[in-house]
Amino acid sequence: MATLFGSGIRRREDPRLITGNATYTDDVKLPGLLYAMVLRSPWAHARIKRVDVARARKVPGVVAVYTGKDVAERLNPVPCAWALPNADLKVPAHPPLAVTHARYVGDGVALVVGETREAARDALDLVAVEYEPLSAVVDPEAATKKGAPKLHDDVDANIAFTWTVAGGDADAAFAAAPVKVDLRIVQQRLLPTAMEPRAAVASYNPGTEQLTLWVTSQNPHIHRFLLSLMLKLPEHRIRVIAPEVGGGFGSKIATYADEALAAFASMDLKRPVKWTEDRSENYKVTTHGRDHVEYVELCGTQDGMITGLRTRVYAGLGAYASTAAPGVPTILHGLIYGGPYTIPHIKGVIRGVYTNATPVDAYRGAGRPEATYLMERLIDLFAKKLGADPVEVRRKNLIKKDQFPYTSATGLIYDSGDYHGALDKALGMLDYKKFRAEQAAARKQGRYLGLGVTTYNEICGLGPSQVAGAVGFGGGLYDSALVRVYPTGMVRVYIGGKPHGQGEETTFAQVVADEFGVPMANVEIVHGDTDNTPQGWGTYGSRTTAVCGSAVKVAAQRVKEKAKKIAAHLLEASEDDLEWKDGKFTVRGSPAQSKAFGEVALMANVAWNMPAGVEPGLEATAFFDPTNFVYPFGTHLCTVEVDIETGETRILRYIAVDDCGPLINPLIVEGQVQGGVIQGIGEAMQEIAVYDEDGQLLTGTMMDYAVPRAAQMPNIETAHTVTPTTVNPLGVKGVGETGTIAAVPTLVSAVCDALAPLGITHIEKPLTPARVWAAIQAAPKGVAR
Amino acid sequence: MIPAAFEYARAATLAEALRAVATRNTKVMCGGQSLIPLLRFRLTQAKRVVDIGHLKQLHGVSKTKSAIRIGAATTYRALLDSEVLRDACPLVAEVTERIGDRQVRNIGTIGGGLAHADPAADMPGAMLALGASFVVRSAKAKRTVAASDWFKGPFESAMKTNELLTDIMIPVPARGTGMAYESFEQKASGYPLVGAAAVVTLAKGKVLSATLAFTGLGEVPFLAAGAGALVGTDGGADAVRKVADALARGVDANEDIHASAEYRLQLAKVAARRALLRAIDRAR
Repeated sequence: MATLFGSGIRRREDPRLITGNATYTDDVKLPGLLYAMVLRSPWAHARIKRVDVARARKVPGVVAVYTGKDVAERLNPVPCAWALPNADLKVPAHPPLAVTHARYVGDGVALVVGETREAARDALDLVAVEYEPLSAVVDPEAATKKGAPKLHDDVDANIAFTWTVAGGDADAAFAAAPVKVDLRIVQQRLLPTAMEPRAAVASYNPGTEQLTLWVTSQNPHIHRFLLSLMLKLPEHRIRVIAPEVGGGFGSKIATYADEALAAFASMDLKRPVKWTEDRSENYKVTTHGRDHVEYVELCGTQDGMITGLRTRVYAGLGAYASTAAPGVPTILHGLIYGGPYTIPHIKGVIRGVYTNATPVDAYRGAGRPEATYLMERLIDLFAKKLGADPVEVRRKNLIKKDQFPYTSATGLIYDSGDYHGALDKALGMLDYKKFRAEQAAARKQGRYLGLGVTTYNEICGLGPSQVAGAVGFGGGLYDSALVRVYPTGMVRVYIGGKPHGQGEETTFAQVVADEFGVPMANVEIVHGDTDNTPQGWGTYGSRTTAVCGSAVKVAAQRVKEKAKKIAAHLLEASEDDLEWKDGKFTVRGSPAQSKAFGEVALMANVAWNMPAGVEPGLEATAFFDPTNFVYPFGTHLCTVEVDIETGETRILRYIAVDDCGPLINPLIVEGQVQGGVIQGIGEAMQEIAVYDEDGQLLTGTMMDYAVPRAAQMPNIETAHTVTPTTVNPLGVKGVGETGTIAAVPTLVSAVCDALAPLGITHIEKPLTPARVWAAIQAAPKGVAR
Repeated sequence: MIPAAFEYARAATLAEALRAVATRNTKVMCGGQSLIPLLRFRLTQAKRVVDIGHLKQLHGVSKTKSAIRIGAATTYRALLDSEVLRDACPLVAEVTERIGDRQVRNIGTIGGGLAHADPAADMPGAMLALGASFVVRSAKAKRTVAASDWFKGPFESAMKTNELLTDIMIPVPARGTGMAYESFEQKASGYPLVGAAAVVTLAKGKVLSATLAFTGLGEVPFLAAGAGALVGTDGGADAVRKVADALARGVDANEDIHASAEYRLQLAKVAARRALLRAIDRAR
């Protein structure tokens, strides 16, 4: 029987999404609904001297106005849930509304609740806040310097933590190495820009003392857990529902003050309360990504073997430590420093730094894009210094197929890989030699063509729960599925993951339908409601297919084992004599004697004739905790032409060869790769969150923050190699972040290669035409114009 | 993004609209693609918004022997669809394709944009280069303002608060005229960092007249005085380069997070050269 696994079925989610039939949080309407808005500090750093809400309260339709003081007595601070160990981590209290100090533009100062959005909005303008502005700092390196403005009394030099990763003896390697290169890199702040802004609808029932919260969340169980702490409400009285979620890219992992404030207001006013941010608020308040200043160096031998890597990183956290923030530039960044290469000696010192800017948390790739970027930039410089082909230097240092499982210098165990296979495939698609010849010919005509290459691997499928505990993550990293079969043979699967654009309603149905030999239409995947899904840990870090999908597979197998017992009983045969053939339990050698899955489902549910000792019903739950992370990998290539008059880059070809193990649904994988690469091109070429010296966000709307647009993006050629992992029953790795990780260095590498004749080796991203042109003006070898 | 409350009125006639604009705290809406965001951001407030976008007499493109008339409320979409413009003045369509996106072009209007007088908008460059003039009316009077007198400052036109822009008049280009628009877009907004619109007329292989206007470069869109230096030349690459390089010299160029003044001046050179070369090519 043909399997659904491997077929590029169109996403079953899409019709409702593109016809306006999806229910997002802001679509939830309840009788008596009130609307909440948060007054935000216009200052990046200020002492709050007085908050006067008298006039705001008088606006017709305004029901309540709360200040930071009102809220502080009733709510616990916003929690940080990643207690990074051995790093002297300091997490100052993050009040849901600022009480004494505002620490970034957007910090909440007051909460207004009205009968209408309009009333609440009008009242915001009438809350009188007296601020005493203080000097601000937004650059994470500058924030650690003597004399820098201090954000929190108990945090010296604004340093939240100092975390070290080390393997081998990097200092000795550098002392002995004949070839060294170094670079200062700025990994600019990015705005995640999910299409749906954040929202929350809180409904507290004073009779049952239960809170129902609809919220834009990638992980409703984490929200329930952390909100019970914040709200001082027992966890079993909180029901979190993440309905349709319109993208997250990491920005909907965190538990924010805003949803807790909506819940607080609902509990206080005994009416449902909705809070929805607009795009400007989204840019100011929803977590940002990246924000590193890095000093990085690499050393190696004359024949091109890399022997060591050292880094010193200032990772901006913004004003407060967001939910997962301490883990992103450390565990998810430093541990993968070795990348796909056999680098024996590694040392990184990473400082998390508080600044007067929006809190930073996971953003597509979360720590890994930064690691891949710095490594790939350094290898290009290393190859240049050696006068060697950057592709060949990579080839030489890649871990070989027969070295897996491979233990990296930082202690990770890479599960499986064929790194050279992906490299060769990508080079073949491009015709590498031909392009180099074209490039040489073009240079003679005064045209600047360039080629960028990235070979990468990444950590995903997070991950074993034991590791989560060891690295201070405030939760487990298993995931779960409950497979329930109805009397008619229809199947519902309740999962702990929270797909929000990744298509698992389709891929998981493929897996289950295959297991039971039923049409996909008979299988429905349910997610997002903590009241009917088993405990899970959400969707991020490209973990849901690898971890939650494995739970689905295991639960389905358990159901099938029970079904087999019942089938054997009904067929009056021994279980050992049954085989699964053409979607039926069949008595071996007697094809006429068989029971289809639906027949067994009916009997299990009516229980008229069950085998001795077998309970009625047909369902099973599985909690799958992987034994290791999974490590997808690949090679991306890009060719560009740079117009040196204007600094504009035209992408000629973009080739992505990724290995995420077997493809459950190639069409969905294609979508993930395309979207990931485009997000990476955005980071490489045009996206940057700009603050001025006073901490004002200058890219506060899409008029100034350059989210990639379809017409600006190239055609992307994709291909795959398939190397299964051994750590889960599906053999799958993750593919949600690979594109973003690989595309950034690929683009920068290509542009720098194009401009190599001018003596340019590195340009700080994003490579806007203005920046590229400025680099050309400052180029060592200049340009004849 | 919730605006402060305001009254909204659709004017039934032009006369009614003219009466309404003369009252205090009234804003005129003609498409609303700039006004609505300003209201929603509460960057501007109005007691009353008078909508003139639907007034029939403000719509349409027509041509006489000497002039093309475009109604102020004509949408960008309608400009793209106009055969009159495509045949007699293709520069307008070329520029319009660079404005906003499909949805903006379906609703936004040429008059709304020109009255808004955004210093980085695309259309002003074309209007200046084509030597357009704008008909404005008040309840009592009617006057015509040359495009070169229209842009008084950022978001400030020569129109008075009791006036409405009703017609855009473009002289019919002479035979042997070529026109072109070159712009470098700010990737987030799509507005030009610098745009250059060129109109060149050739006669017997020589340049008879040449105009070029920049937008996005300075405080207001403006005609580059030096374009006339092309007159009498053969309009070849060398002549064009020489003229184009000098056009923005000495301009106090805009500077922001997207582009330095120096970079904008460089883009001005390149845009001017490419626009002139294409215009000349089309004139041949």
